[in-house]
Amino acid sequence: MLYREAGQFKTSYLADSAIFPIRQDRIGIALILAIAFVGVPLVATPYFFSAILIPFLILSLAAIGLNILTGYAGQLSLGSAAFMAVGAFASFNFIARIPGIPMLVAFAAGGLVAAAVGIVFGLPSLRIRGFYLAVATLAAQFFIIWFLTKVPWVTNYNASGVITAQPIVILGYRFDSPPAKYLLVLSIVALMALAAKNMTRGNLGRKWMAIRDMDVAAEVIGIPQMRTKLLAFAVSSFYCGVAGALFAYAYLGTVEPEAYNLDLSFRILFMVIIGGVGTILGSFLGSAFIVLTPIVLNTTVTWLDAHTPVHIPASAGSNLEVVVFGVLIIAFLILEPHGLARLWSIGKEKLRLWPFPH
Amino acid sequence: MKLIKTLLLGAVAACALATTPSYAQQFIPILSYRIGPYAAGGSGYFGGAIDYFNLVNSQGGINGVKLVWEECETEYNAARGVECYERLKTRNGGASTVDPLSTGIAYGLIDRVAQDKIPMTTFGYGLGASADGNVFRWVFPLGTTYWDQVAAMVAYLEQKEGGAGKLKGKKIAYMYHDSAYGKEPIGTLDALAAKNGFEVIKIPITPPGTTQESQWLQVRQQKPDYVILWGFGVMNPVALKTAAKTGFPREKIVGVWWAGSEEDVIPAGTAAKGYVSAAFSAPGTSFPVMQDIKTKLYANGKGNLEDPARIGSIYHTRGVVYGILITEAIRKAQDKFGKGKVMTPEQVRWGLEHIDLTDARIKELGAAGMFPPVKTSCSDHEGSGMVKFQVWDGNAFKPVTGFMAGDRALVRKLVEESAAKYAADKKITPVDCSKEN
Amino acid sequence: MSFFFEVLIGGLLSGVMYSLVALGFVLIYKASGVFNFAQGTMVFFAALTFVGFTELGLSFWAALPATLAAMVVLGLVIERGVLRPLVNQPQISLFMATIGLAFLLEGLSQLLWGSEVRGLDIGIPDEPIAWISDRFGLNISRFDLSAALIAAVLVIALALFFSRTRIGRALRAVADDHQAALAVGIPLQQIWAIVWGVAGAVALVAGLLWGARNGVQYALTFVALKALPVLMLGGLESIPGAIVGGLIVGASEKLAEVYIGPYVGGGIEGWFPYVLALVVLLFRPEGLFGEKIIRRV
Repeated sequence: MLYREAGQFKTSYLADSAIFPIRQDRIGIALILAIAFVGVPLVATPYFFSAILIPFLILSLAAIGLNILTGYAGQLSLGSAAFMAVGAFASFNFIARIPGIPMLVAFAAGGLVAAAVGIVFGLPSLRIRGFYLAVATLAAQFFIIWFLTKVPWVTNYNASGVITAQPIVILGYRFDSPPAKYLLVLSIVALMALAAKNMTRGNLGRKWMAIRDMDVAAEVIGIPQMRTKLLAFAVSSFYCGVAGALFAYAYLGTVEPEAYNLDLSFRILFMVIIGGVGTILGSFLGSAFIVLTPIVLNTTVTWLDAHTPVHIPASAGSNLEVVVFGVLIIAFLILEPHGLARLWSIGKEKLRLWPFPH
Repeated sequence: MKLIKTLLLGAVAACALATTPSYAQQFIPILSYRIGPYAAGGSGYFGGAIDYFNLVNSQGGINGVKLVWEECETEYNAARGVECYERLKTRNGGASTVDPLSTGIAYGLIDRVAQDKIPMTTFGYGLGASADGNVFRWVFPLGTTYWDQVAAMVAYLEQKEGGAGKLKGKKIAYMYHDSAYGKEPIGTLDALAAKNGFEVIKIPITPPGTTQESQWLQVRQQKPDYVILWGFGVMNPVALKTAAKTGFPREKIVGVWWAGSEEDVIPAGTAAKGYVSAAFSAPGTSFPVMQDIKTKLYANGKGNLEDPARIGSIYHTRGVVYGILITEAIRKAQDKFGKGKVMTPEQVRWGLEHIDLTDARIKELGAAGMFPPVKTSCSDHEGSGMVKFQVWDGNAFKPVTGFMAGDRALVRKLVEESAAKYAADKKITPVDCSKEN
Repeated sequence: MSFFFEVLIGGLLSGVMYSLVALGFVLIYKASGVFNFAQGTMVFFAALTFVGFTELGLSFWAALPATLAAMVVLGLVIERGVLRPLVNQPQISLFMATIGLAFLLEGLSQLLWGSEVRGLDIGIPDEPIAWISDRFGLNISRFDLSAALIAAVLVIALALFFSRTRIGRALRAVADDHQAALAVGIPLQQIWAIVWGVAGAVALVAGLLWGARNGVQYALTFVALKALPVLMLGGLESIPGAIVGGLIVGASEKLAEVYIGPYVGGGIEGWFPYVLALVVLLFRPEGLFGEKIIRRV
């Protein structure tokens, strides 16, 4: 049924180390991008754009960021939302304080500030490992949110301590309709996802994986531990920072620091684990799962209540959603502990043999 | 695999079927939260609102127009709230008005409601500056904002001290939820302190506030005359308990309305006795409208609260008052744009801007004394600014004052300044209200 | 100076309350290497179940064993339904599974007992002990002191259980090496069920004390956030570490809030224990009492 990976021969190392070495994959990616850029805008409703697609893409980007750190470099972090907050608040200040700065430059600069903060909070990773490090990153989560709440300068002395995202204007075009915002977010996410895929495939990604698998061994074979780990923190925080800025500018509009709370950090971690640790595809799948599941559950419960004789009181319904969500997480982990991305590759394998499995 | 497949198929089917046909009815999306740390507030408030809507419908609706609503669980989470809003805003012919009862979600909706032209009410919370209708066309902090509330608190303390000017030289500790919500009234409080000559000590409490020994020991050390408690959720009972533990008299604590429900004081047990909090609706089941809800809805099993003991509780009555204000706004709009017709969101907005609930009208609605008169206008989206103070006697909240307001002129000045700054940041041209009708 | 002592003692006593929650984490991590994120929810679950039973008409002393039984059953079910299918999976998957578990328990408990906020009175007044206030001018709450006493009893009981009983020794063997323990015939799954049962019991004690102080409501799950820095400081697998860590965190966060807080705008309690633990970890990467991990290539 599906294509086979065998039989495509490379004649140069360059071809062998391409991002997508298999022709069908390249076609597949091109197809997906074409659908995302052209197909989706033709059919999607405003609700789909602004309530599902935009947050899905933004959170995918954050999940890619965390996946670089956790999945590739093996450093568990519970502070992703704080780095997103840094990106958002830094971008806000760049735009508010430097008149005429291009929006995209401000987002990138916001990401760079997040990267710098990420390096600082990544320093302990040189000594601390595993769950200890995870709890240590909580220090970043709580400290950064406290800092943003406490220092009036970062919100430009707003009386309520919130930032109000300026309208997104790029080259004179105002991105304020949902499809326009979607296309902007999609372009940024697609570019950065490709960059991530490229990074993890090359020298840097292999260094990260070596550190992840055993840092002492990696150091022995000449991979500088400090530089590699800190670089992972920096790149990861950059991705989170840009995602955070988009979260404020393309999604929420007016945000308080509290919007980037521990809960969000956890949700991003769920995406990485459920999607698949150490895969870029997994970040998208995980994000889709975490964004969509509560919505589907909520719709299902409301629908059951309205259209069937079963009467579900509102609070029981809400609790039921949480229960089912928890069960789904456990069920997924038991069925496939390596995440949705692995499920995808198993599915591909099965389809390849179909209809004659033996 | 099979399991996942069936699950996914089921989900897709559910999505497809969930789109309901639209009726010509007045649709109000309900962004509620019935789970999570603030569930008590959400279930009581939205339960009250739904009870009142049901009552209106059972009496023939608003001039024959029935109200319909759909609920969506937000879990008090900004991102989920935005999704709920986007999901519900086009249902059943479009949303008339929305109230998320969450400052974080309200922030996420401010831009959206202006773009979608759907009025949002933030009944007793949200941005203080949004009382300025010239800038915030689509936002209505009905009743009171936090700024007016803190002003009323100061007025109450002044009254307690024996009249105007008596707060001079006094010390007030402001203990607050360390978040945008807790910081909101600080500017107003500082301005009031400068004007009235009292000192403010600000003591932030890190959310969620499950332990507060250090904060209350600071209170013990600094010996303020009064404490203003600006808490939320679990922070409130813990504050009262810790105050008892460190020996600060509860009679000298004044709480914000988020710290003044049964759910806030019952867990504190005897430690809460004598504690005073602000409210902008009076609790109880003695009002005719509450009696109607009890006899016409709950007696027939149509009530929304699961625990009938909560009928007439603070959050429940507050929800009922919200229901009254919304239906009255729609009624007002119908008076202008056609009785018995379904109002568009623009028309509802006009109605919200022209609410005029006098004491007589409130009495007609069977709610005399339940809430203060409300009169909104193009530039004043707040309409009242009055709160009532009530003391917890161990079993129930008993009123200690009538509805009263603080220094509204000062607050209005701050509102206008802040709104002007917002307009400049967002590049909004304020509307000239003198040209509106 | 007496104010300083008051802050210090208040801090130490609230630290004990953190230790109670941290103990549950330690027990499970020690025996199975699982970082049980659902511990906070288990505290909530236990308290809510207890209150639920009393609302059904059970007396305090009848509700206590009933809840205990419920917590043990819960432990058995978790072992059977979540841990056993995930045996030998990476730690992060197990961690994630406990997060799923936290959602499940959170919804389930409120489905069963409703989500209203309840008060809980366990008969110990939370007021200053008069004769200490009179003699030394220090306010020390009877409740805090009782909590400290209960924690002490609990720790001694657990210590005896681990060192003196057959099951306890088997537990220590499992903690040292799963495979070796299996090889000498220790029933791993039974041991895990027992540990989760004991952790459930500890959660019940913590739930009662915290519930009496804060009211029984969803926010009880947040007490886990107070326990995490305690765990880091004390070490993930040390019971004495949980106690010492709790005392250090409690005392230092209160002192910091009172003496440093006012200079930086206050509210530093939320992050201070984490930063403190971080600094300690830089010198001792496995916490004060954690097992030293020797890494070889």
